[in-house]
Amino acid sequence: MAYSEKVLDHYENPRNVGTMDKDDSHVGTGMVGAPACGDVMKLQIKVNDDGIIEDAKFKTYGCGSAIASSSLLTEWVKGKTLEEAGKIKNTEIAEELALPPVKIHCSVLAEDAIKAAIQDYQTKK
Amino acid sequence: MKLPIYLDYSATTPIDPRVAEKMIQCMTPDGNYGNPASRSHAFGWHAEEAVEEARKNVAALINCDPREIVWTSGATESDNLAIKGAAHFYQKKGKHIITCKTEHKAVLDTCRQLERDGFEVTYLDPETNGLVDLKKLEAAIREDTVLVSIMHVNNEIGVIQDIEAIGELTRPRKIIFHVDAAQSAGKVPIDLQKAKVDLMSFSAHKIYGPKGIGALFVRRKPRIRLEAQMHGGGHERGMRSGTLATHQIVGMGEAFRLAKEEMATENDRLRTLRDRLLKGFEDMEEVYVNGDMEHRIAGNLNISFNFVEGESLLMALKDLAISSGSACTSASLEPSYVLRALGRDDELAHSSLRFTIGRFTTEEEIDYTIELVRKNVGKLRELSPLWDMYKEGIDLKSIQWAAH
Repeated sequence: MAYSEKVLDHYENPRNVGTMDKDDSHVGTGMVGAPACGDVMKLQIKVNDDGIIEDAKFKTYGCGSAIASSSLLTEWVKGKTLEEAGKIKNTEIAEELALPPVKIHCSVLAEDAIKAAIQDYQTKK
Repeated sequence: MKLPIYLDYSATTPIDPRVAEKMIQCMTPDGNYGNPASRSHAFGWHAEEAVEEARKNVAALINCDPREIVWTSGATESDNLAIKGAAHFYQKKGKHIITCKTEHKAVLDTCRQLERDGFEVTYLDPETNGLVDLKKLEAAIREDTVLVSIMHVNNEIGVIQDIEAIGELTRPRKIIFHVDAAQSAGKVPIDLQKAKVDLMSFSAHKIYGPKGIGALFVRRKPRIRLEAQMHGGGHERGMRSGTLATHQIVGMGEAFRLAKEEMATENDRLRTLRDRLLKGFEDMEEVYVNGDMEHRIAGNLNISFNFVEGESLLMALKDLAISSGSACTSASLEPSYVLRALGRDDELAHSSLRFTIGRFTTEEEIDYTIELVRKNVGKLRELSPLWDMYKEGIDLKSIQWAAH
């Protein structure tokens, strides 16, 4: 399968790989997907007192497109409010990375991941 | 060393230059280009001689009578001719067929077609090491069983089935025994005087011959009859019509002749390289070999790197020509049906790589491969949330995953 240059760039130089303390009250964690399906995404956001996402980290088990989708997402959510971040659509991710139809589910997973992380943060508060 | 490194010899092999040389002699105006079926002139006679010489070479490798060899376009056609041809010819005796879930699609899809024609098929589960349990096979035999089809060597995991023992089960019951030997000819000794196999499929391109040519062994004693699938000029004693492709056949004959001469020394070399490759991964955590290591061809290593997804690993290994699952199914996102049939978790099936080593593989290439795989498995595990959880001692099976 041929990958777009943007997918290859994120795959080879993934941004914001890492883990934050999931027990920190400023941190929201979203983990979506299933190992049996071939992809699991973990996305974490650190939210400051003004409700702005200060930092984001990810870890992903999955194909190159799944890794690229989550890497791109961490770049996009930084500096955004929770509301803005919650509005990111999978289609925007798919378009930016030029994902082929069989890889659209990777961008869907990324959208699910940020929504789950926001929800986790809000539940904690 | 040239990149990428070819480690996919079970998908296909390059033609050995010695084979190509022989083939070229049967193509051009000053070569042996006649139609082997032409009886009225020397062009035909010479072509027929070359075809019969090749038939002897193929027969010699597997110890059978040259008259038991029928040329086909490849192992897929041989499987179709054997299974459909025998099932239809003997259907008055019964309509039950036994095969195994890890067979090649050429066998499985042919059996599916026969099911649509009113046959009943039992698909045996292999053991976790990939081998068929003979007791289970025996238990599956019924009064109306007419055909058993079990492959000799599996294309994905390289395990060798005990075809001599299976033949002892089928012959006394007068059940026809077909073996797909596409992955075994030239790699495992085959003696058809000893093994009670009735039909056996072969391919040239898996053993340094050309693509587009294969053969089917059809036993004469006891005589096995087939309903032809290709009708026409009555070539190959009516079992497979179509002008014989002299250059292809000569190529297959030469490839099989070389295999007979060089198999023993070549296997020693391949086993040394394969074991070197395996040793290179042995100290890594959560690495699993798929399929039995003892009953296995020398050139195959199928291995799963847990917590790393296969497609992303292949992407990182673009300097290696290897496969994840078999080449026939790698266009789909499904994990390998062979590994699933062994009872491997989907996760491990998703994480599998098949390395197949061959005649032109060097030690330098193996060492480069080890280093590249180790580096990238390490990198992808650093990226993997599953690896983190494993390291924290969390049992992944205890988690409620949301399947999507």
